[in-house]
Amino acid sequence: MRRVPWIPTLIISAIIIMALLAPLIAPHDPIDQTLKDKLLPPFWMEGGNPTYVLGTDAFGRDILSRLIYGARVSLLVALLALTVGGGVGLSIGIIAGYLGGVVESVLMRLVDAAFTFPAILFALLLAVTMGQGLGTLVIAISLLLWASFARIIRGEVLALKQRDFVSLAKVRGCSTLRIMATHILPNVFNTFMVLVTLNIGVVIIAEASLSFLGAGIPPPTPTWGLMVSEGRGRIAEAWWVALIPGIAITLLVLSVNVFGDWLRDRLDPRLRQL
Amino acid sequence: MGRFIVRRLLQGLILLFLVAGVVFILGRLTGNPADLMLPEDATAEDRVRLIAQLGLDGPLHTQFLKFIGNALTGDLGTSIRMRQPAVEVFFSRLPNTLAIIPWAILFAMTIGIPLGVAAALNRGNAIDRAAGTVAVLGIAMPSFWLGIILIFVFSVELGWLPSGRMGGPEHYVLPVITLGTFLTAGFMRLTRSSMLDVMESEFVKLARIKGLSERTVIWKHCLRNAMIPLLTLWGVFVGNLITGAIVTETVFAWPGIGRLTYEAVIYRDFPLLQAVIILKSILILGINLLVDILYAFVDPRIRLS
Repeated sequence: MRRVPWIPTLIISAIIIMALLAPLIAPHDPIDQTLKDKLLPPFWMEGGNPTYVLGTDAFGRDILSRLIYGARVSLLVALLALTVGGGVGLSIGIIAGYLGGVVESVLMRLVDAAFTFPAILFALLLAVTMGQGLGTLVIAISLLLWASFARIIRGEVLALKQRDFVSLAKVRGCSTLRIMATHILPNVFNTFMVLVTLNIGVVIIAEASLSFLGAGIPPPTPTWGLMVSEGRGRIAEAWWVALIPGIAITLLVLSVNVFGDWLRDRLDPRLRQL
Repeated sequence: MGRFIVRRLLQGLILLFLVAGVVFILGRLTGNPADLMLPEDATAEDRVRLIAQLGLDGPLHTQFLKFIGNALTGDLGTSIRMRQPAVEVFFSRLPNTLAIIPWAILFAMTIGIPLGVAAALNRGNAIDRAAGTVAVLGIAMPSFWLGIILIFVFSVELGWLPSGRMGGPEHYVLPVITLGTFLTAGFMRLTRSSMLDVMESEFVKLARIKGLSERTVIWKHCLRNAMIPLLTLWGVFVGNLITGAIVTETVFAWPGIGRLTYEAVIYRDFPLLQAVIILKSILILGINLLVDILYAFVDPRIRLS
């Protein structure tokens, strides 16, 4: 058995704690502008100011504080989108796999279609028609997730429904809904949890990309993708504004992916091809 | 074969109809789509005129029929910002995207496939782990950020390459690397897993027993067969290219359809965005259809199933 990956676990825990305690640990207000302190470099560089550990952006906002508050957005969106998108995918997977027949073919065609069309297009369309915001973002990212959940869960359910305990439940007169909820659902739960962890990285990248493209949570709320986007025009004079939040995204995604791989090997090694 | 093509064509049309339906509904979700289509300085008369012109005062089903009818004649609305037909704008930008895509695919293949083969041949040891690390990093790094780092290193610090816009060959290098890297990890992982499958198969054992050199066995017998599953993933692959092009072209101010999508979003140019989405869908479905037909032609098992 592989050992718990310590470093990624520590990084993830640190970021979660940072997000939860943001108002207590952030040295400055993430939105307050101090124009006389704009574009200060990180403290270790010439001209750096120790009160702004990672420097400031073009509006004189503290990058460290924005980073700490930005973690909230990344994690909150991940939690909500995985609950909604994963939940829809789980339900569709169970329904399609257990009921079979026409329901299954229609649902699986939809899954195929979802794989063909890049979800980002609908995400951008949603942002323009419904307006930017947390709700829009969660719906948009859920659209990206549900199909892969549905496809894999359905595969599991197809195997499960042949098992004796399902036949026994049917003989005892359990309703279809009851079998799906009390006999099938608990048995695909491990797979579901593995899928959730493996997709955290996908969601964080998607959120950051949509923010970068101007379709995420609207400013001035700090998000990591938006921070990169705001800094990219000034890369020559102030590289830290764009590069530091990118490091945060990469580090978090890398950590959750390594952690997810470990969890998959532990809970459900059959999913290795995912 | 004929029946196969007709069936796939019909499926494609149904999907396209669904996409058009979704775009249509989303445009009406927040009220009258005329408000999304008018510039901010439009007058009340402009609004009334546009509503009448687009038939937006009729019941929903007639509106949808009109929308589809216009689309079939190639009319997908007028871009608010550019004040010209959205379809024209799209096709004037398309060649610029097509100019980088082949290079990005080439880049991804020349890095991803050998790396995947090397990983499969060295399963479990240091080379496999190193290749795995490259893939994991490639997935974890957002491509817009990679593009910015490349600009910082090669344009700002070293001054070797231009940081954006279209131009001579030197303008292609950074966008191609950015878009290519986005695809490389996928290529590598797929090549590795499909090589491992093929290496277990009977015909590879037979090739070894026949005394063929290891090089022939790996490159001729294994790799060729390992490429088949790669073909079936074309659909996902085209989708990834479209997504990757939006981000890459935005970072490098590359005037293709990806950047056009971004512009439609930030300028809230709804008619343009709607047209871009429908045209991209046609593009995706068309390519998928073509690949499916080619594939069925090469492998009869597909068209019979």
